[in-house]
Amino acid sequence: MRVAERYEPTVEADAEEARQLRETWKSRGGLIGWLGETDHKKIAGRYIVTAFVFFVLGGLEAALMRFQLARPESGLMGPDLYNQVFTMHGSTMMFLFAVPIMEAVAMYMVPLMIGARAMAFPRLNAYSWYCYVIGGGLLYGAFFLNVGPDTGWFSYVPLSGPEFAPGKRVDIWAQVVTFTELAALAAAVNQIATIFKYRAPGMSLSRMPLFVWSILVTAFMIIFAMPSVMAASSLLALDRLVATHFFNPAEGGDALLWQHLFWFFGHPEVYIIFIPALGMVSTIVAAFTRRKVFGYTAMVLSLVSTGFIGFGLWVHHMFATGLPQLGQSFFTAASMMIAIPSGVQIFCWIATLWSGRPRLAPPLLFVLGFVFIFVIGGLTGVMLASVPLDVQVHDTFFVVAHFHYVLIGGAVFPLLGAIFYWFPKMTGRLLSERLGKWSFWITFLGFNLTFFPMHILGLDGMPRRIYTYRAETGWGDLNLLATAGALVMALGLLLYLINVVSSWRHGAWAGDDPWGGEGLEWSVSSPPPDYNFQHLPTVRSRAPMWEQGPDQPVVVGLRSDRREVLVTRLIDAEPDHRETLPDHAMSPLAVAIATGVTFVGVIFTPWAFPIGIIITGIALIGWFWPRDESRELLEEQP
Amino acid sequence: MRDLHSALDAAGPQAGRIEDLWWIFFWVCTAVFALVLIALLAAVLHRRREELRRVDGGERSLTRAVGGATAISAIILIGLLIASVSTGRAVLSQPPSDALTIEVVGHQWWWEINYEDPVPSRRFSTANEIHIPVGRPIRVKTRSTDVIHSFWVPSLHGKRDLIPGHPSETWLQADRAGVFRGPCAEFCGAQHANMHLLVVAEPPAAFEAWRQAQLQPAPPPATPLQQRGHTVFLSLPCPTCHTIAGTPAGGRIGPDLTHMASRRTLAAGTLPNTKGYLGGWILDPQTQKPGSKMPPVAMKSEDLEALLSYLESLR
Amino acid sequence: MRCERSIRIRCGAVLLLTGLLTGVLLAGCEREERRFRSLPASSVRPEVARMSELQPGPPTTDPAAANPYIKNAPGISDGQQLYIQMNCVGCHFHGGGGIGPPLMDQKWIYGSDPENIFSTIVQGRPNGMPSYRAKLTDDQVWKLVAYVQSLGGLPDQSALPGRPDHLRAKDEGVPLYPKPPLAAPAEHP
Repeated sequence: MRVAERYEPTVEADAEEARQLRETWKSRGGLIGWLGETDHKKIAGRYIVTAFVFFVLGGLEAALMRFQLARPESGLMGPDLYNQVFTMHGSTMMFLFAVPIMEAVAMYMVPLMIGARAMAFPRLNAYSWYCYVIGGGLLYGAFFLNVGPDTGWFSYVPLSGPEFAPGKRVDIWAQVVTFTELAALAAAVNQIATIFKYRAPGMSLSRMPLFVWSILVTAFMIIFAMPSVMAASSLLALDRLVATHFFNPAEGGDALLWQHLFWFFGHPEVYIIFIPALGMVSTIVAAFTRRKVFGYTAMVLSLVSTGFIGFGLWVHHMFATGLPQLGQSFFTAASMMIAIPSGVQIFCWIATLWSGRPRLAPPLLFVLGFVFIFVIGGLTGVMLASVPLDVQVHDTFFVVAHFHYVLIGGAVFPLLGAIFYWFPKMTGRLLSERLGKWSFWITFLGFNLTFFPMHILGLDGMPRRIYTYRAETGWGDLNLLATAGALVMALGLLLYLINVVSSWRHGAWAGDDPWGGEGLEWSVSSPPPDYNFQHLPTVRSRAPMWEQGPDQPVVVGLRSDRREVLVTRLIDAEPDHRETLPDHAMSPLAVAIATGVTFVGVIFTPWAFPIGIIITGIALIGWFWPRDESRELLEEQP
Repeated sequence: MRDLHSALDAAGPQAGRIEDLWWIFFWVCTAVFALVLIALLAAVLHRRREELRRVDGGERSLTRAVGGATAISAIILIGLLIASVSTGRAVLSQPPSDALTIEVVGHQWWWEINYEDPVPSRRFSTANEIHIPVGRPIRVKTRSTDVIHSFWVPSLHGKRDLIPGHPSETWLQADRAGVFRGPCAEFCGAQHANMHLLVVAEPPAAFEAWRQAQLQPAPPPATPLQQRGHTVFLSLPCPTCHTIAGTPAGGRIGPDLTHMASRRTLAAGTLPNTKGYLGGWILDPQTQKPGSKMPPVAMKSEDLEALLSYLESLR
Repeated sequence: MRCERSIRIRCGAVLLLTGLLTGVLLAGCEREERRFRSLPASSVRPEVARMSELQPGPPTTDPAAANPYIKNAPGISDGQQLYIQMNCVGCHFHGGGGIGPPLMDQKWIYGSDPENIFSTIVQGRPNGMPSYRAKLTDDQVWKLVAYVQSLGGLPDQSALPGRPDHLRAKDEGVPLYPKPPLAAPAEHP
């Protein structure tokens, strides 16, 4: 294997190599083939579709809530059902949509953007998806059987403890949390290993696309944040099932411990959702202003510092609990300071737009909508960072407005833009620009109509999580407006969905590079071949498609009869060694089922834990059992 | 009388300081937003010169612009931080020594109010309605017996969570008379939506009269109908949970009813306190407040009539 | 076309998963029902609870009054709260017995059927068990009965309540962690 100075294969040799690669990298057919898939693109495709299914379900729950609150004492749902619905809405959006969709888009695009044929641990991606599906299925199965959780997505104790939350509802919630965070951890570990070790030669860390940087930061955040909530939910499950007292004040436990553990995860969680979106925005801004994003170093440092500072904010969710003032002030300062790196990013994008040639295609429209909405949300966030303001508007609709502005504006709008941008690469077809623009404007208008009045409602004293309110409060009119806005927003999102569904079959063919993008993903066909790159590229610029000529060297010599990939060094991506990856494996499914049996069984009996651990251990032995190819490799490269 | 519940309609010093801070933040943030929006639109829409290759000077001026904007943002944030911390120190301070002390205890889904006093004979309990004298600081001690609730009267001050195992303390003051609503502000279960307390701020003389009345035991039943109602009350399961001071009824599981007719609402702000609503509430609480701990109690119509007459006499 | 087949496979997998979970959770329907429209006061009081099957004349079978809360987790949990609030703990402790007989064992002096336990609570018993006839509604007594039955081991384990939060008599006013003395009070604003 070598980096060739001039590589001029004959047409036949090139075609023969491509044919061999197709043969080696293709997926097996049938149900077994589907279940044992390890191609990151196919798994990411499933992940994206599943996440959007949950998005629609979460949106239906939101619609139910809006119908309920549109009029005072509307009586559409009783308190028990309403409490379940708002818990499901929060849990679905946070655990089953927001984080998975970002991971899924990254799972698809990151290897293409770094010039790799695959991800470092192909089976781990499949395991992640299976755990995710089991968790989501458990949650919704429970919901339809009247055993859905009803204590909020944050599930504060003692309300969610054994005395005040009878039955199995909260136990199911706790296990769903553990599952989905396990899935997120698996995907995050895979991303870090891939980004660190699988980049094309020459793509040093300082030449990595900004989206890849954002995924790297996110993956590290996931590794530090998810264990906290998994610990919290496990402690809660122990309190509920085997009478421990972690959260029982009468026996030396502490109800506030839950809040600390949960929000230590919960605040980074929203940055885990938001930071990939920042990477998407950078990608879109570059492509649609036809220049590299201004201030690469500042952008990278902003991403990294947002990730770090994000871990120091969590107490701002607890300002009303009566913690000491001096301590709270630190969190106020941190919560305000985190606005600075986000501000730097926005200023850099504005500078990029200023000095580039903007083309107002739908992805850029979604980015402009993002700036509008996210800046409002960020500014209300600065207000909430202030303790005196927060103790007035905490747990009111002001907060609901704030986080929908930052999450929908800051994550969903960039996501919709990114899907528009990368849809041609994934499917080979273009989305309709006209429908895209209509869906943007209607969603934008509907969103603001829905959530802006909530700021006023919160200041007017309307608390959160109430299933009804009396007419004399005067909250009826703004609530009705919010519901009307929700319908408009739903229409906009429906148009987007129609765009996706109809373009999938009947959209215009996209070709390799419909947008003239800067990244390596646009150098392969749309959709990419199973092996991503026939000849691994080398990189000497941050915008390889724009700044590298056709004489840029490529990597030759990787085997085409095995799934061979090139592993490079961390900082400067010099070639290091070759690796052979598994092609098809049922072990992820087996381990996921074993994990599922363990965690679902624990809801009903503590015995499930030791039995399940043993079964999972056996399944893991199957996963790690040396493959035939390993013996060959040992002989080749001792 | 409509009760007031807006954070932007301050009736006390703390809420007033917070409202002032709010307007500072609001105008600064609006200005920042407007500037960002203008910059964004200008960036997208401005006319571009033909040469697209920026010379180094162009990048440098952009760098200066971004750096300058970042510096200005940091300065604004520091200014807001200072404003916030100084307001926080003013409103979250210790209560003055002449404060009247009230203990607010959260239950699912009602508020137990205990007026404290160094002299035990001057202490009394009530439920769901707090009266305070205008112009006097009120120390509010908070605790909860079951789950986390939150004491919040937007017109007077920010909220304080009632957390089991973490009793806490805050203080507030009303500078004008009025009725102020305080919804529970932490999700506490099925009837979180119907757990409101009312704070009635009145002139000191009126407050003192109210306090004296609250210190008395329940007035004995005057008419034969009320006497019958008194007997009915004692024969039903009511005394298991409710107290009427001066009678054998001493239950402490539910709200104190000694002066229930003097309160404006029933069931923690869920219903107006009138005879019809009271009758409906006693016969079928689960329709009004599904999930509440009050069980329906069936009785004959004439017993109900007598009972209502008695309860309405408990001023 | 490959797309359709994989869609079919996907749908099949989803249906299979849902079916499995449904089967597992189907038993949960009754367990989780929150009954807010509880029974009016005197609707299900059993008239006479029999303590023995012996009787003069031909055998008759009284239809046993069923406990509506026997498999209902919220009902049993309410029963647990009532057990503490009505101070059953004072004599029966948490089922182990003290002044009163234990409730966790299989020895039922006055009968272990639900209507027997109901009558015991409502009527009181000699040697110290008070009568709760006028102190609790029938609905509340049934919840207590369900909880007491759970102490003795219900067939449906999944409806059992968890531990209560107040395991020992605790004065709620005493702070958990003693606080330092307050600083000097501030001036009036």
